Amino acid sequence: MDFLEEPFPDVATYEDFHTIDWLREKSRDTDRHRKITSKSKESIWDLTKSLLDAWSGWVVMLLIGLLSGTLAGVIDLAVDWMTDLKEGVCLSAFWYSHEQCCWTSNETTFDDRDKCPQWQKWAELMTGHSEGAGAYVLNYLLYVLWALSFSFLAVSLVRVFAPYACGSGIPEIKTILSGFIIRGYLGKWTLLIKTVTLVLAVSSGLSLGKEGPLVHVACCCGNLFCSLFSKYSKNEGKRREVLSAAAAAGVLFSLEEVSYYFPLKTLWRSFFAALVAAFTLRSINPFGNSRLVLFYVEYHTPWYMAELVPFILLGVFGGLWGTLFIRANIAWCRRRKTTQLGKYPVLEVIAVTAITAVLAYPNPYTRRSTSELISELFNDCGALESSQLCDYINNPNMSRPVDDIPDRPAGPGVYNALWQLVLALVFKIVITIFTFGMKIPSGLFIPSMAVGAIAGRIVGIAVEQMAYHHHDWIIFKNWCRPGADCVTPGLYAMVGAAACLGGVTRMTVSLVVIMFELTGGLEYIVPLMAAAVTSKWVADAFGKEGIYESHIQLNGYPYLDVRDEFTHRTLAADVMRPRRNDPPLAVLTQDATTVEDVEMLIKDTDYNGFPVVVSRDSERLIGFVQRRDLTLAIKNARQKQDGVVSSSVVYFTEDVPQLPASTPQPLKLRRILNLSPFTVTDHTPMETVVDIFRKLGLRQCLVTRSGRLLGIITKKDVLRHMAQMMNQDPESIMFN
Amino acid sequence: MQGVFLLRTFVFVCVLLLSEVTAKNSEDIRCKCICPPYREIEGQIYKQNVSLKDCNCLHVVEPMPVDGKDVEAYCLRCECKYEERSSGTIKVTIIIYLSILGLLLLYMVYLTLLEPILKRRLFGHSQLIQSDDDVGDQQPFANAHNVLSRSHSRPNMLNKVEHAQQRWRRQVQEQRKSVFDRHVVLS
Repeated sequence: MDFLEEPFPDVATYEDFHTIDWLREKSRDTDRHRKITSKSKESIWDLTKSLLDAWSGWVVMLLIGLLSGTLAGVIDLAVDWMTDLKEGVCLSAFWYSHEQCCWTSNETTFDDRDKCPQWQKWAELMTGHSEGAGAYVLNYLLYVLWALSFSFLAVSLVRVFAPYACGSGIPEIKTILSGFIIRGYLGKWTLLIKTVTLVLAVSSGLSLGKEGPLVHVACCCGNLFCSLFSKYSKNEGKRREVLSAAAAAGVLFSLEEVSYYFPLKTLWRSFFAALVAAFTLRSINPFGNSRLVLFYVEYHTPWYMAELVPFILLGVFGGLWGTLFIRANIAWCRRRKTTQLGKYPVLEVIAVTAITAVLAYPNPYTRRSTSELISELFNDCGALESSQLCDYINNPNMSRPVDDIPDRPAGPGVYNALWQLVLALVFKIVITIFTFGMKIPSGLFIPSMAVGAIAGRIVGIAVEQMAYHHHDWIIFKNWCRPGADCVTPGLYAMVGAAACLGGVTRMTVSLVVIMFELTGGLEYIVPLMAAAVTSKWVADAFGKEGIYESHIQLNGYPYLDVRDEFTHRTLAADVMRPRRNDPPLAVLTQDATTVEDVEMLIKDTDYNGFPVVVSRDSERLIGFVQRRDLTLAIKNARQKQDGVVSSSVVYFTEDVPQLPASTPQPLKLRRILNLSPFTVTDHTPMETVVDIFRKLGLRQCLVTRSGRLLGIITKKDVLRHMAQMMNQDPESIMFN
Repeated sequence: MQGVFLLRTFVFVCVLLLSEVTAKNSEDIRCKCICPPYREIEGQIYKQNVSLKDCNCLHVVEPMPVDGKDVEAYCLRCECKYEERSSGTIKVTIIIYLSILGLLLLYMVYLTLLEPILKRRLFGHSQLIQSDDDVGDQQPFANAHNVLSRSHSRPNMLNKVEHAQQRWRRQVQEQRKSVFDRHVVLS
């Protein structure tokens, strides 16, 4: 079986934790394509092969969409079941969650929608009592125990099988898509473990979401199917195109957030993959009712211009919370990286779960899963709701149809709910800071949306009550007649959720698309956009980066953001290496270096590549050769070619001169030489150099003066220089 | 040979699961009507297994709590929704998930608890060959498997599997070092 063999590293593959060379990959793909097209005219078989090659992209997208959709459905169903497992179990069929268990029962009442004899809480099952202090304490204890066991299981599985499965995955995927290599990050075991432990982590009641990890899962699926086709498995650049599209199959926001080079072809493919995934998800039907979205918003009440003021206030809150969260989370993660805290990941997960479970159980709004909380907050209170949040004082003689209930004064239940919501808000704000970044799969969308939804709902209820009790004020008089339905608190919750999400991730367009994807409410685009833009402005005033870029910076990944601007007046000569006090540039000559010299050079230095010049005196540039290619070629030559010894001369020229028979056989290495390395002169402004690096995806660039080689600039140097210019620590850029 | 057998069992299991999933349970459709409080009558929820065209207040709300002329006013305030689910899918998914989780748990217990015991048994029986790769790294499992493989004559396939497993273990060890110990990736 082929996958059991160790893959033989051949020339032109990359080492782990290094950046790829986009230009080389692109040119290799063009060569391959040209070869196939030219051969396709020869026979029918070749024509079929060329057609297959063209269609392979779409086939890969189809497979990716199918697998991602299936996995997303499985995750949703399993989370649904396991979250309810903490509180009780369905006696008739243990695989049903609470809602599914009571689906057919006739004992549900209006006030207690989920009551039925088949589903029993643990205390009731074990002792027979369902009320009373003893039952409460027993339920509490079992809730905490289940939560602890789920999270312990999750972190142990991650630790034993796939350590790369922890975290959200989006910062690493952004870096991978920009050209970085992390072997094993998108592997099969990572896929399996991430899916399994994501369910466990979400069900344990921790304050985390699953959208970010779903993008990682979708990219793993993409990588898995890429290895089936040699067009993608051998070419890292093409593979990243597929991965960009696959990330969209997970969540559509990847278009803005994750992809680096985004040719329009990828847009079509992403759309196709997302379509297939949505179709698969629908056929699995995890939420019943053929709904695709969890927080489906069914009301269509209009909103008024004057409501933009509270919406913008919510945007400001979202921006402020985003800044606070990013700063606090990065500080905590840095502490985890550098101090003793990082040595006990399992203990950390257990401690945080224990604190979360113990503090979450008493408050009914934090006891249930965060998605349920959000959908309840988005919901508008009609006459059919009986939750505490909708405990308004109804006019008993009212006979309106259900959709047009006028504003009513709040009953005691609503005030009670408000207090609990405020406590829940504070709790969630604090605990998410410590939860995101732990060594289990954790996402950020759902907790941020929860924080925003709670804040929005509180503001909405406040505005509603103000409008009711003071309807003779000027602001309300114009739009709110007594007896009409003016304010929809559910809409405020949606706007708050969008604002907080935008404040943390700094997305704009994708945010509105996501809100639409998650709620299905198209009428409310203007309030959502207003809040998103406000929160982005407010958050950008404090710090330029969103949470994912901050994590990239924290880890020191070599990610050159396409959106950053470089406006300093430095020149290429200031950044290039060697600097004034450094040893001279390590070069190879085209016909005067022996194999032994090359090997010693490779051993003594750790540069990624060496420029090749005509001779040491003239230093005119011929080309550039990669370290890995050199090592492999020399090893190959020593094994396979006779006569190649340490004193053989290495020739990079086209024609090897005729030598007397006594000299050892020369080693011809012209084929691994890159004859078109990118060069700039030493007076090129760094602005241009950064632009070139960014737009072409270069790894290194040579600096010449009057045609003579002067030095080299690598991507790492560029990133360090940019960090230095922005007064950050340039030593934090760790990778090549 | 073995591959064909595996393929056959896989297809069989797939067909079994698919038949489970597609068998339409008559209990999987329902019409749910929620009626709010009206005058003295309390709020109520009514459920019945009717199809989509019968999903309205008159068919589902039985027995009707109000009579005659009030029925229309009562029904106007009720909201009826048709819902469908697939109980087979849920059952299959949860059972598959639990079995995968169980298998992973067993494998994890085997890797962390049982293998060191096996290694300790082998310490006393035969010489241990030092592994020359992984300088400075503890590879207790590698030794045990090497000794095991030399003591019996294994067919080629099992050797390959063991080598693949060794390679995978080394990779996971590397990953674990970068993530948990040096905090280089994924802080």
